[in-house]
Amino acid sequence: MNDIFLSDIVINLSYGLLWTIGLSLVAFVMGGIVGLTLLFCRISKNSYLRNLTKVYIEVFQGTPLLLQLFIIFFGTGLLGIEIPPWAAATLGLTLFTSAFLAEIWRGCVESVSKGQWEASASLALNHYEQMRHIILPQAFRISIPPTVGFSVQVVKATAVTSIIGFVELTKTGSMLANATFKPFLIFGLVALGYFILCFPLSVFSRRLEKAMHIS
Amino acid sequence: MTYQFDYSAIGDYKEILFSGIAKTMVLTFIGTTLGLALGIFGGLCRAWSIRPFNYFFTVYVEGIRNTPFLIQLFFIFFGLPSLGVVLTGWQASILAMVINLGAYCTEIIRAGIQATNKGQIEAAVSLAMTRMQIFWRVILPPALIKVWPSICSQVIIVMLGSSLCSQIGTEELTYAANFIQSRNFRAFETYFVVAGIYFVLALLVRQLMMYIGYKWIAGRKL
Repeated sequence: MNDIFLSDIVINLSYGLLWTIGLSLVAFVMGGIVGLTLLFCRISKNSYLRNLTKVYIEVFQGTPLLLQLFIIFFGTGLLGIEIPPWAAATLGLTLFTSAFLAEIWRGCVESVSKGQWEASASLALNHYEQMRHIILPQAFRISIPPTVGFSVQVVKATAVTSIIGFVELTKTGSMLANATFKPFLIFGLVALGYFILCFPLSVFSRRLEKAMHIS
Repeated sequence: MTYQFDYSAIGDYKEILFSGIAKTMVLTFIGTTLGLALGIFGGLCRAWSIRPFNYFFTVYVEGIRNTPFLIQLFFIFFGLPSLGVVLTGWQASILAMVINLGAYCTEIIRAGIQATNKGQIEAAVSLAMTRMQIFWRVILPPALIKVWPSICSQVIIVMLGSSLCSQIGTEELTYAANFIQSRNFRAFETYFVVAGIYFVLALLVRQLMMYIGYKWIAGRKL
């Protein structure tokens, strides 16, 4: 194992990068779906449902992702279901993402001015119609820049799943670093890989934000 | 087969747990203090375009904010020794936390400084204050108050992120959890309790940060 060339390193890291992209996409989409459900619970008129979602969000925002992954990974084992690392990683990241997205989106819904609610109520729209036609379309527009911005956090969070054994960019990097004894080069390349994914998203998010402030 | 939960198995490891809590808090405290100092300097350089530091800080902020903390940690701990910089796990953890928080604080504080009302600066200039006096007395306190909630959130995120330092052998709270569960084989209970501890710590740190923000910074004569 003493002749691992730079090209081998780059090829293996690219495979890792693909897994990172895949996990990020799945986590983001599924987290978005769960997050949307949570959002509706969080702003519903039922106070019981509202508080329950609030607790959910605070628990996931107030504990380390690493421990969430550990609990899912070992916790499901106790139920007699042995789940592979990729499933634990997907589940963990989905729950994590959903909590943050629900909170971001709640902020967007609440930033729609009170007058909009009152005006639509005066037009005899019911709660559902108000949401559907007046509030959510406006909130959606406001939510795009922070949502894109948060996607950067999701990509970065996938690195943590390497610890429970999911082979993505970070794990590939660690394994290669152990095999080649070139940690400086390899972790540099891994960092570059994440940077290539995240930087365009950051710039895009900032541009969207600027465009929104102008209009 | 039903699983018997047994939380008493954790009680025997109280000391390790408390030492883990203490180390996590020390790590967070040092990271926050130095990171904030770095952020104030960086924010000033970026907001006032002080050359050549502003170029350096732009690269630094973008580099750190677009890569995962875990990779920064690995790079410092495993990568730097090949440049002759050998750090212990503890030193590498502190360095990584300061660098990470410093980047976020630079960006947050820059936004705060740039939001300062021009009239305030003009008024200060008309009172013949020097540039440094203007910064310390007129610009920085209101800027910090304005962005303090963002800084609090970032400190919490970094504190929770410090759980990753266990991966390079820093004996903080998650390391304690790993240690305990390898002894008592009660992985679920141990991680569950430790996650609860992190949750409480996060609440406490937030309260403390808010207290500092509103008593200490806002209470200062502006």
